[in-house]
Amino acid sequence: MNTQKISFEYCAPQTLQIKLSGDWRISAGFPEASQVIGQFELHKEVTRLEFEASRLEKWDSGFMSFLFHLSRECEDRGILFDRRGLPDGVRKFLDIALKVVEADTVLPRPSESLLERIGGKAIEVTGSIRSLLDFMGEIAVGFWRMLRGKSYFRRDEFLYILQTCSVGALPLVSLISILVGVILAFIGAIQLQLFGAQIFIADIVGIAMVRVMGAVMAGILMAGRTGASFAAELGIMQVNEEIDALKTLGISPVEFLVIPRLLALVVMMPLLTLYADFMGILGGFVVSAGVLGLNPAEYWNHTQSAVKISNLWVGLIHGFVFGIIIAVAGCLRGIGCGRSAAAVGEATTAAVVEAVTWIVIATAIITFICQVLRV
Amino acid sequence: MEKKLLPVIEARELSLNYDDYMVMRGLNFRVNKGDIFIVMGGSGCGKSTILKALIGLKEPDAGTVLYDGKDFWADLVLQNQIMRGIGVLYQSGALWSSFTLGENVALPLQLYSELSSLQIREIVELKLALVGLAGYADFYPAEISGGMRKRAGLARAIALDPEIIFFDEPSAGLDPVSARLLDELILQIRDVLGATIVVVTHELPSIFVVGNNSIFLDAQAKTMIAEGNPRDLLAHSSDPRVVRFLTRGERQVAAK
Repeated sequence: MNTQKISFEYCAPQTLQIKLSGDWRISAGFPEASQVIGQFELHKEVTRLEFEASRLEKWDSGFMSFLFHLSRECEDRGILFDRRGLPDGVRKFLDIALKVVEADTVLPRPSESLLERIGGKAIEVTGSIRSLLDFMGEIAVGFWRMLRGKSYFRRDEFLYILQTCSVGALPLVSLISILVGVILAFIGAIQLQLFGAQIFIADIVGIAMVRVMGAVMAGILMAGRTGASFAAELGIMQVNEEIDALKTLGISPVEFLVIPRLLALVVMMPLLTLYADFMGILGGFVVSAGVLGLNPAEYWNHTQSAVKISNLWVGLIHGFVFGIIIAVAGCLRGIGCGRSAAAVGEATTAAVVEAVTWIVIATAIITFICQVLRV
Repeated sequence: MEKKLLPVIEARELSLNYDDYMVMRGLNFRVNKGDIFIVMGGSGCGKSTILKALIGLKEPDAGTVLYDGKDFWADLVLQNQIMRGIGVLYQSGALWSSFTLGENVALPLQLYSELSSLQIREIVELKLALVGLAGYADFYPAEISGGMRKRAGLARAIALDPEIIFFDEPSAGLDPVSARLLDELILQIRDVLGATIVVVTHELPSIFVVGNNSIFLDAQAKTMIAEGNPRDLLAHSSDPRVVRFLTRGERQVAAK
């Protein structure tokens, strides 16, 4: 029983003696320090705390935590904590635990008011806009130097990146695009069947896929796949000091790491968009001909007449812009990554979230512009 | 031909902060040609931060770094030019992981020399052999041990025969034999290339084996509290913090 392990005695004026006995290990359980503090409350005249530990059998850090708490409490209340009655080992342990932390070694962490936090956030946002502009500027300079043959460009590396963000992405892009085509066809069918105009499913699927859905689907997939991998790869290079090693050699990380990736995505995204368009139309075709019973030849003719070359251009422009967005978000986050494993995770998440957000915003802007230009 | 910069580094009243947190202030030291200069002090005292200010990765908040009398942080073009004359061995080796060891060592040569690819390959072989990695040119960094990675990093650092080489915690994470091997390499490279060497470390064996000049940093004082040959400091220093560090706490002297 815990109560038997501790008893109190007021043996001298203003002195509280704690008698300790039995097993005080974590596994055996022990009384709370609040029992002693309760005594302090009852007997406010106490100015000295003593221990009598002749019947104390076993102890571990559980006992130490009890004493640690008590000694802090005594310090706060101005009560003398007399440790002479404690066993030798306990006294040594307590010395180490109570060693005063030298104030200068603890970094100051000032608490911030709400206003300061809002201000801090605003400064952070302007800082990130500035770093984005800096980054875009560096990319422009890098491209200019590349065009003049002045920057270092490793062809094999570029081809490797090109491969990973093209052929490697095809299975996923195929699956998602076909399914989007299927969904569009089914949704179209629900309404158009009411008017006996199912054949216009071909127009809906064709225009929607080619104009925007192919590019958006490819964009979102590539943001999750390639954008995340750019951020993680460059982030780990930052952690491993590989980017520092480039800088001290006078090599711009933007020229060396970002431009090949940006170029690869800018080349591949329009092509992937075309591929996604085709796959989406295929999905719609399969549903229309196979499930909804439309004439395949008629469906194909309708698609051809509905999808104009201008639609194709709009889709390709989407793809091109998304390529820039994904590469810039991934690389910016990767290069700006902190030097820990957690920072790499944050950089990767931020890269994907930002890329997807900007893809949607860019789609809205392009759609609006097309509306104004009547394209 | 462009005049080569003299490898003498001087720090004047250097102060370094991280945001609002002051790391170091009022540093004044000079690295002479041919020195193996040790920047030492306990963990977290700002050794690596000083290194960053010396190799162009962190701009000082006050004071100047001079290379051969020229202000390193005043002019980016000059800074780039100076940086081509220095090599850095990072704590982790910092090899580019998508490159083989050969490609890692070759990159500086491809960028800053007009040599043919055959000549570059020969230099790469030589530099790898110099650090005991002959025949490893086609290995990727992930395929070799930590000690080998550091040596490969050293081969890359000396690819262009720099006049100054910086080492960031060279023996960190190495077994005593590998650490000793690296110390010997540092001495050999100083002798073979005639380079000036700056080593940031807190490893006592390395400090006494390689160093002929040093500064001692203290985290509490936030500046350097001693300078000179580490062996002289051990023999004559009266500063209890320095003596405690250099004797691993075995010898204490009373504070004045």
